[in-house]
Amino acid sequence: MAGSKEIMRLKFKLNGQDINIDAAGGERLVDLLRERFDLVGTKEGCGKGECGACTVLLDGEPICSCLMLSSQVIGREIITIEGLADKKGLHPVQKAFSETGAVQCGFCSPGLILSSVALLNDKPKPSREEIKKALSGNLCRCTGYEKIFEAVESASKMTTKRSRKHD
Amino acid sequence: MGVVGKRVARSEGIHRVTGTGLFADDLKYHGMLHAAVVRSPVARGIIRKIDTESISRRTGINGVYTFKDIPGRNAIPIVIDDQPFLAEKSVNYIGEPVAVVVADSRRVARAAAQTAELSIKKLTPVIDLLEARNHPDIHIFGNDNIYKHMKVKRGDTESAFKACNVIIENEYRTPYQEHAYIEPQAMIAIPFPDGSLEIRGAMQCPFYVRKAVTTITGLPESKVRVIQCATGGAFGGKEDVPSLLACQVALPALKLQKPVKLLYDRTEDMISMSKRHPAWIRCKSGASKDGVLRAAEVEYVIDGGAYATLSAVVLFRGTAHSIGPYRCENVDVDSYAVATNKVPCGAFRGFGSPQVLFAAESQMDQLAARLGLDPVEFRKRNLLRAGDETITGQKLKSSVGLQQSLDKVVRVSGWTPDANKNENIGFGFSTIYYGVGLGAGGKHLARTGARVIVHEDGSVLFSVGTTEIGQGMITVLSQIAAEELGVPFEWVSMMPTDTSRVPDSGPTVASRSTTMSGNALKDACIKIRNIIDEEAAEILDDQNENIIIDNGTVYAGNNEIPFVKVIESCTAKRKSLSAEGWHIAPPTSFDNDTGQGDAYVTYAWSANLAKVKVDKLTGEVMVLRIWSAHDVGKAINPSLVEGQIEGGVLQGLGFALMEDMANDPTGAIINPEFSTYIIPTAEDQPAIVPLIIEEPYPDGPFGAKGFGEQPLMGIAPAIANAVFDAVGARIKQLPITPEKVWRALRKS
Repeated sequence: MAGSKEIMRLKFKLNGQDINIDAAGGERLVDLLRERFDLVGTKEGCGKGECGACTVLLDGEPICSCLMLSSQVIGREIITIEGLADKKGLHPVQKAFSETGAVQCGFCSPGLILSSVALLNDKPKPSREEIKKALSGNLCRCTGYEKIFEAVESASKMTTKRSRKHD
Repeated sequence: MGVVGKRVARSEGIHRVTGTGLFADDLKYHGMLHAAVVRSPVARGIIRKIDTESISRRTGINGVYTFKDIPGRNAIPIVIDDQPFLAEKSVNYIGEPVAVVVADSRRVARAAAQTAELSIKKLTPVIDLLEARNHPDIHIFGNDNIYKHMKVKRGDTESAFKACNVIIENEYRTPYQEHAYIEPQAMIAIPFPDGSLEIRGAMQCPFYVRKAVTTITGLPESKVRVIQCATGGAFGGKEDVPSLLACQVALPALKLQKPVKLLYDRTEDMISMSKRHPAWIRCKSGASKDGVLRAAEVEYVIDGGAYATLSAVVLFRGTAHSIGPYRCENVDVDSYAVATNKVPCGAFRGFGSPQVLFAAESQMDQLAARLGLDPVEFRKRNLLRAGDETITGQKLKSSVGLQQSLDKVVRVSGWTPDANKNENIGFGFSTIYYGVGLGAGGKHLARTGARVIVHEDGSVLFSVGTTEIGQGMITVLSQIAAEELGVPFEWVSMMPTDTSRVPDSGPTVASRSTTMSGNALKDACIKIRNIIDEEAAEILDDQNENIIIDNGTVYAGNNEIPFVKVIESCTAKRKSLSAEGWHIAPPTSFDNDTGQGDAYVTYAWSANLAKVKVDKLTGEVMVLRIWSAHDVGKAINPSLVEGQIEGGVLQGLGFALMEDMANDPTGAIINPEFSTYIIPTAEDQPAIVPLIIEEPYPDGPFGAKGFGEQPLMGIAPAIANAVFDAVGARIKQLPITPEKVWRALRKS
């Protein structure tokens, strides 16, 4: 494995919690999450940033955690699929994926959900074309994407309704 | 009906959206070690030496195992047992497993496997399927490199062709298609002190895995328990090959008495795992001027790779479907599965039929054009209907919704023969069919079991031997059990599929789970219902035997009582509310000399229409919309049926336009990663219009037939026909890349 064996101290935020941990310089973020925090909802499908299954949010932006070193998250905030639901329940995107048939085998679902969350945070009412573009880095081999797009559209309606209520 | 036919949300969906760790690589065991596989770097050679000692001396290595360490038989059993678990004297493809390395960490195991020293004397390989067939010098299998030759002989093609007004003859080629399931192959073996082994992993066929593990270990079946983990896509790619991984972890786990996990990386997975067979097809089709298909001759050759694995049964399905879903009195099919020095090909959605249907449906459009008929009219004059015979002489009794499928596509799309004529826009049809279940090619495996327990609180737990691989089986079977027992859907749960729960139920392939496990489950539920009904009749004092149970309430005439009250009463009387169900498929037959017989128990039917736009300057094909209608008998869950259609259509679009895995002359796959093997992304998705036709199948649960493979099968020919309609370029070799279209346009 490339990278140094040098140990460094990492301070960052993971799913809302402050983390203070030692890490070897060459450790990949996906391994830190899966092996050391048991956050196995982050999946590895290719290890080369080609499939998007390992997507997590880094300061709100979707990134491939197989292409990131643990040391690159110092001082930043990571959200994984496990950190999406809150005390009130599932995130609207999770709810929509589960209800609209956007999940088949489910291996790509965490990555797709996080990419969708990032999109909706950025653009609460995305067009179909904008959804396609935003999700084009997350491969799904089961669904043909149709019900995933429908789920994002349904989550968009749920969240815009919810934010209107808050206004 | 209550819950059957409803769009209920997937039972396990909630666990997939929250990131619950249910996949094989998510599991950890105390003291667990990691395996990696040493593979052949050459396509054909003689093994001189495998240097295990230099590896075992390294830090962190727990063991290195070769064929010498196998306590049982060195074979991966499937149709014929020609494939060794670990190569002994020779290697026959790049990536063939030679040894297994086990280490404390995955990183150390993989590094050791990659630098293992193998001394192999290189021999010239055979790479092309047509060169391999009857190769004079190089013999990979038998004397002719032919795993299987099949025939269908019907009528007299020679005289029939003489009487035809139009004859079309062409050659077609299709390449590998890689499953590209997003979860790579993964497996764990856990040894127990009593000498038994537990295997957990991604798989379609736990009973295949058990057979492979008992073969190489010599353990009895009772000592090997195989449990399926959540499986991240399969499509046939986790049918037979998980047996290899299971053996690769079972052997070291037994030797070391520690849990051993194995995960392939993507490139290793793409190099060494099964794929859709590359194919060569020669078709000669003839019709009379009244638009009747009179004769068809097909020579079909599929590239099986270095070992036979499933090639013989893949060939069976391709052969039975080789001219498409049409009446034809004069048919002559010769088909061959051949051996080459490449990775063994196996099961992939459609199982030998997408290749041959691409050819058959391309032929139909060319015949129609030459006859001056539109493609719908020509098809309608020849489509199979109830009462007709297939090319294998099977008389179709009922549940033949082909014409309805085509009519629906035409109606919904608004297509007319002179519909288009916009610049560079074209429409293309395909009509296809799919023999449901294993059919005559695998009838010895055509049985399934189920076990059902109604607990004291009324909740229901069932087990079956088939697996959930993303298709929605758990949900569909839960709907069937809920309907049969009369309880709410939410009360029903399924145990993870486990070989210790039900008898060998065969594989999860051939779109057979809904019909086979559905019927076994119904059988078990009916046994329990009889006890519950009897008890309810006694409680409600009903002499007319008209107990109805619906959504958790029991009715008899004007009286009603909660379902759980009846269960409580059964419990008080110590009645068992547990039952085993069993289902054997209706008979099938096939005569190897004539290719005649009832090849499958029934068929699913489909019509597709693709609308494309072709850029004449670049040759690029843009698919604008696909209408895809399927006769599924009965949609137990329409939402899941649509999911199968949408997903299959996009895989079919990949096969049609972009998926192009290839070898170099040494036999190495040149594009074993997602950046070079291109599958459709969200941006490649056209509008897909799924259409459901329901012509009930009398022997299916609630009339349902299997159809999950079918949505992929008709897309490539529909797109090829649409490209021709748009710009007049007839592409006979998949995928239809811009280069091929561009060249064809320059020629014409």
